[in-house]
Amino acid sequence: MAVTTMPQTKSKSGFRRSLLEPFLDFVRRDRLALIGILIIVSFILIAVFAPFLAPHDPRDMLRREDGTLARLDPPSLRHPFGTTNLGRDVFSQVLIGTRAALLVGFLAAFFVTLIGTNIGIIAGYYGGWVDSLLMRLVDILYAIPLIPFVIIMMALVEPSIWNVIWGISLLTWRTVARIIRSQVLSVSQRPYVKAARMAGCSNFRIMYYHIAPNILPLALLEMAFAVGWAITAEASVSFVGFGDPTVISWGQILHMVFLTGAIRTAWWWVVPPGLAIALLLIGVFFTARSLEEVVNPRLRRR
Amino acid sequence: MRKYIVRRLVQMIIGLFLVASVTFLMFRLLPGDPTASLLDPAFTVEIRETIIERFGLNEPLHIQYINYLQNLVQGDFGRSFYYRRPSVEVLGDKIWNTLILMLSSMIIAYSIGVIGGMILSWKRGSKIEWGGITLGLFLRSAPMFWTGMLLIMLFAFNLGWLPHSGMRTPGYEAATTFAKFFSVDFLRHLLLPMITASLYFLGTPLLIMRNTMLETHGEDYIELSRAKGLSEWRIMILHAGRNALLPVITAGALFLGQALGGQVVVEYVFGWPGLGREIVLSAQRHDYPVAQTAFLFLAFMVMLMNLVADLFYSYLDPRVKLK
Repeated sequence: MAVTTMPQTKSKSGFRRSLLEPFLDFVRRDRLALIGILIIVSFILIAVFAPFLAPHDPRDMLRREDGTLARLDPPSLRHPFGTTNLGRDVFSQVLIGTRAALLVGFLAAFFVTLIGTNIGIIAGYYGGWVDSLLMRLVDILYAIPLIPFVIIMMALVEPSIWNVIWGISLLTWRTVARIIRSQVLSVSQRPYVKAARMAGCSNFRIMYYHIAPNILPLALLEMAFAVGWAITAEASVSFVGFGDPTVISWGQILHMVFLTGAIRTAWWWVVPPGLAIALLLIGVFFTARSLEEVVNPRLRRR
Repeated sequence: MRKYIVRRLVQMIIGLFLVASVTFLMFRLLPGDPTASLLDPAFTVEIRETIIERFGLNEPLHIQYINYLQNLVQGDFGRSFYYRRPSVEVLGDKIWNTLILMLSSMIIAYSIGVIGGMILSWKRGSKIEWGGITLGLFLRSAPMFWTGMLLIMLFAFNLGWLPHSGMRTPGYEAATTFAKFFSVDFLRHLLLPMITASLYFLGTPLLIMRNTMLETHGEDYIELSRAKGLSEWRIMILHAGRNALLPVITAGALFLGQALGGQVVVEYVFGWPGLGREIVLSAQRHDYPVAQTAFLFLAFMVMLMNLVADLFYSYLDPRVKLK
C-alpha cells in the first residue's frame, strides 16, 4: 500500500473515511480511473459553461460573409465542426448537447439506484413472500426491452426530457434490485447483523444503518453502469425522433443529419456528436471498471 | 427436467399475461387520448363513433381489459391502420428478419470476444491487455446508430461497396425460400448492419471472458497442466478457457434481451425490415395496434431466450441442477 495510515480516532468521520479510503486509494493507483474521472469532470464543466463557451447560438441560422445562408459549410475557423443544412453551428450544438446527456444520465441513474437499492434491501432482508413477490416483478420487467419501451411511451405521452428520464428509471431499476438483493442475502447472515437483531434494533435500523453501508460500493458501481445505459437510451430515443423537441441533445443532432440525408456528404455533422457520446461513456466505464475492482477484489492486479 | 420445463413454461405464460396487462395499461391509461390505440386520427366523426361502439371503447376499463385479453388468447392482435391488414400478418416475416440479424451478430461477437478475452487474460499486465480493455470499453461506449452511420458513410457512400439500406435490392425476386436468405444480394445487405451490431456486442464477452479467465489462473489444475509440460496455448484454450466460459454464457443470455431492444436503432439506420424498425415506424404513424403487437412479440422473444439459455446452461455445466 502506498498510502500511510494516519492515526485516527474512532469518530464518525473516521468511519466515513474508512469507507471512502479504498476509492481514493484506487484513483491514485489506477490510471484508467483517473482518465475516466477527468473526462467526466471536463464534460461537467462544459455543460455548466456551455452558453459562454459556444461561439454561436445553437439555433441561429448563420450567414456567410457574402450574406448567403451558411448551408452545410465544412469545418473552418469560424465553425470548428462546420454547419448544418440550415446554417446552424454544429460545435455550439454539441457543447449545449452536453447538458441534456448529463442531466438524463445522472438523474436517471440516481432514480434507478434509489429504487433498485431500496427494493433490493427490502427483498433480501425480509425474504419469504416479500422477496418472491418483488423478484417475480423484477423477472417480468426483465422481459420488457428498454428502448422500445421508452419509444412507445414517448409516442403516447408528451415527449419531454423528464418523461425520458422517467421511462428509463421505471424499467432499469430491475438490474440493480437483483444484484443488491443477492448481496444483502449474504450480508444479513453476518454475525453483526444477528447481533444487532439480538440487541433489539428495529428492522429499519438494521436495513439502513447496518446493511446499507456494506452494499454502498456495489450500489455506486451499479449507478455508474446506469449512467451509461441512461445516456445511450436517451441518445437512441432522440435519434429515432422521439426526444424532447425543445432540447438540443446529441441524439437529436444525429437525428437531424439522418433525416435530412446530409449523411452522404456532411461527415463533420455526423462525427462530433457521436464521438461526444462515446467519450463521455468511456469516462463513465473507466470509472466503473475501477469501482468494480474495489467491489470485487479478485479482479485486482496480483 | 421435464417438470422443470413445464414449470418454466407455466411461469412464462403468467409472465406474458402480466406483460400484456402492463401494455394494456400503457396504451390506455397514459395521458393522451385513451381511444388513440384503436382510432386512426384520419377517421371522420361518424366512423369514429361507429368504431368506438364496435370496439367497446365506451365500456368501462375493466370490461375493455377482459375483451382485450379474450382477443389476445384468440390470436387477434388488432388491425393495422396503416397497412389495413391484421397486425400479426404485418409482423410475421419481420420476426425472422430481426432474429437473423441479431443471432448472426451475437455469434460473431461472442466467438471473437471469447477468444480475445482469453488472450487478454494471458497477456496480463502487458500493453496488449491495456489496449484490449480500452478497445472493449470503447466499443461498448460508441452508440450503435452512430457506428452504423460511420460505416454507411464509408462503405456505402464513399467507396460504394455495399448497399446502405434495406434487406434486398428492390425488384429482386428470390426463386426459393433458401435463396431468400442465402443469396449474395441478401448477404451484401446483411453485412453492414451485422458488423455494426457485432462491434457493439463484442465488448461485453471480451471483458467478462478476461475477468473469469483471470480467476482460473491460480487454480491447481492449471498448475498441474503446466507441470505436465502442456503448451501454453493448450492450457489457455482447453483447460482455463473451458472453465471460464460459463459466466460468459450466463451474461450472454441476459444480454440477448438487451440486444433485442438495442437493435431497434440498427434496424432503423439500415432500413432493416425487422420488429424494431416497425416499432419506430408504427409509433411515428400512430399505428398503435402494430406498436402494441410488436412490443408483445419482443417481450415474448426475450422470455423464450432466457428459458433456452437456462436449459443450455445446465447442459454445459452438469453440476447445475434445474429444479
